[in-house]
Amino acid sequence: MFKKIVLGVAVLVVVIFMNITISKADDKLIRIDGSSTVYPITEAVAEEFQKAKRGAVKVTVGISGTGGGFKKFCRGGTDISDASRPILKKEIDVCKQQGIEYIELPVAYDGLAVLINPKNTWIKSLTVADLKKMWEPAAQGKVKKWNDVRPEWPDAKLKLFGPGADSGTFDYFTEAIVGKSKSSRGDFTASEDDNVLVQGISGDKNALGYFGLAYYEENKKRLKVVPIVNPATNKEVIPSMQTVMDGTYAPLSRPLFIYVSKKSASEKPEVKEFVEYYLRNAAKLSAQVKYVPLPVNAYKLAQQRYSKMKTGSMFGGEEKVGMKIEELLKLEEKK
Amino acid sequence: MQKSKPELQTEIKKRIAVTKFWDKVFLITGLLSTLVGLVLLFTLMADLFVNGFPRLSYKFLTSFPSRFPEEAGILSAWVGSFLVLLVTALASIPLGIAAGIYLEEYARKNWLTDIIEINIANLAGVPSIVYGLLALGLFVNFFKFGESILTGGLALALLILPMVIMATREAIRAIPNSIREASYALGATKWQTVQSHIIPYSTGGILTGVIIGLSRAIGETAPIITVGALTFIAFLPTSPFSSEFPFISFKWLLDPFTVMPIQMFNWVSRPQHEFQLNAAAAGIVLMIMTLLMNGVAIYIRYRFRRKIKW
Repeated sequence: MFKKIVLGVAVLVVVIFMNITISKADDKLIRIDGSSTVYPITEAVAEEFQKAKRGAVKVTVGISGTGGGFKKFCRGGTDISDASRPILKKEIDVCKQQGIEYIELPVAYDGLAVLINPKNTWIKSLTVADLKKMWEPAAQGKVKKWNDVRPEWPDAKLKLFGPGADSGTFDYFTEAIVGKSKSSRGDFTASEDDNVLVQGISGDKNALGYFGLAYYEENKKRLKVVPIVNPATNKEVIPSMQTVMDGTYAPLSRPLFIYVSKKSASEKPEVKEFVEYYLRNAAKLSAQVKYVPLPVNAYKLAQQRYSKMKTGSMFGGEEKVGMKIEELLKLEEKK
Repeated sequence: MQKSKPELQTEIKKRIAVTKFWDKVFLITGLLSTLVGLVLLFTLMADLFVNGFPRLSYKFLTSFPSRFPEEAGILSAWVGSFLVLLVTALASIPLGIAAGIYLEEYARKNWLTDIIEINIANLAGVPSIVYGLLALGLFVNFFKFGESILTGGLALALLILPMVIMATREAIRAIPNSIREASYALGATKWQTVQSHIIPYSTGGILTGVIIGLSRAIGETAPIITVGALTFIAFLPTSPFSSEFPFISFKWLLDPFTVMPIQMFNWVSRPQHEFQLNAAAAGIVLMIMTLLMNGVAIYIRYRFRRKIKW
């Protein structure tokens, strides 16, 4: 009896190892990880792509955040990385060290909406300067009431809600408003879960917060969106698909990216096919999950960039605010 | 000074009344405390059922996740949970039982055994994320198992190993010494005694511990996220049966996976209200799975208790 068990276990172990050693090569698997903001778009594309391929190609999508995604990507752990901001200098360096080359492709726009409680009657619009006054690090412990921001506003406690420091949304908002990425006051209610922010703002008359436009679209009844004064034109603009796409909602709209490993794109035909599928369908699918598609021309330019396998970042490791993807891609084209 | 008889009587009665009063107070406090727990649990379950029950269907169990809440299902999640749990069971049961038997039957009582014992007791209380970090370093980065079912299963196996060891030891300790002595008296060696007496008699207790450990493992999220389980998986792992030699395939061990709690977590953080309902429905399934496992544990304990008489 006992001998039989030992024999059985031994056979099992041998079979397992045979399987493991021969198995790795023949799998058609595309590994994607990165930003939770880009996730809904990539998920939609992955879902449709797998349906179209009838399960011949497997796609996995994780949400480690933009930074976490690049960490895996630059180790060679993933084929594609989702990013809600351009790759940063230090991430570029790590990728370089590891010999990972990548193609940067914009896939959609996202607007950051500034939200208040529907009962808030005193705010008609906000300027970048107002937002800076509320959110800059110097405001910590000083700007505590609404009338600290503008004297005509009520003498009531200012309650702020925003995403946590690991999020690309936080990076972009601070860059656009304060002028320096990740530079923000610390005494606000931070949560990685946007539903918590929705709850917080909808439950308090004196609250103000920001998050992605897609979340506002789903919670329109419980929140009021604030028009932001465009610093270039001095006009109040309400964030919407239209105003984000035509660039009038500035500076709080940003492009979203995928980064494709050049090695994967050239060695794995299924990755190449997936990315082409992505760019062809990004306009339709991103609108479906409440993001803002790029102009048609931008997708064409992105496709060209991809077929030429143009590596590197258009941004040189810095976050830039208020640039138009189309112009950038055209600029690159001329070089 | 001697008290008169009626005086003494009233005093005794008074004392009894006071004691009885405190008895009642404790009874009510105890009852209320129990009720708080029960009512909370019941509200939670009722809430989950009200939200999730309409979403439960055969289709929900057999569909992959999707961006459309009404089409989304938990197929890849429950299959993932099941396979991870299988690996966990296969790894933790033999190791845990062997360790338990060694400590109880073979190990000499000295400072080394004491240290091991204290450590095992401590390990049972270590936060689960720490096991995730250990697994990330050991299985993903060192052994290169990747972010696979194997890694996830082994991480959870580490997590419940102390529980299995403790359960084994408790079960063995419950066996009267006279049984061992009788066995030795008949000339049996230590291994023979363990094999034909200790293990069979303690099976009930051991299995109970194992199943309770596994039902804790099924709900764990932190270590699984740490080792890199993914969020969107719309395919099943490779089938364990293949048409070519050697007919059985273990490729699924290295496949990427997701589990129920991760799927739920992802749905909860979505903006659409319908996804929250999906999460509730998945919660019901997870709870039924846990309840079934605990039910099996109770049944096994009951059966083995009845069979063994000494």
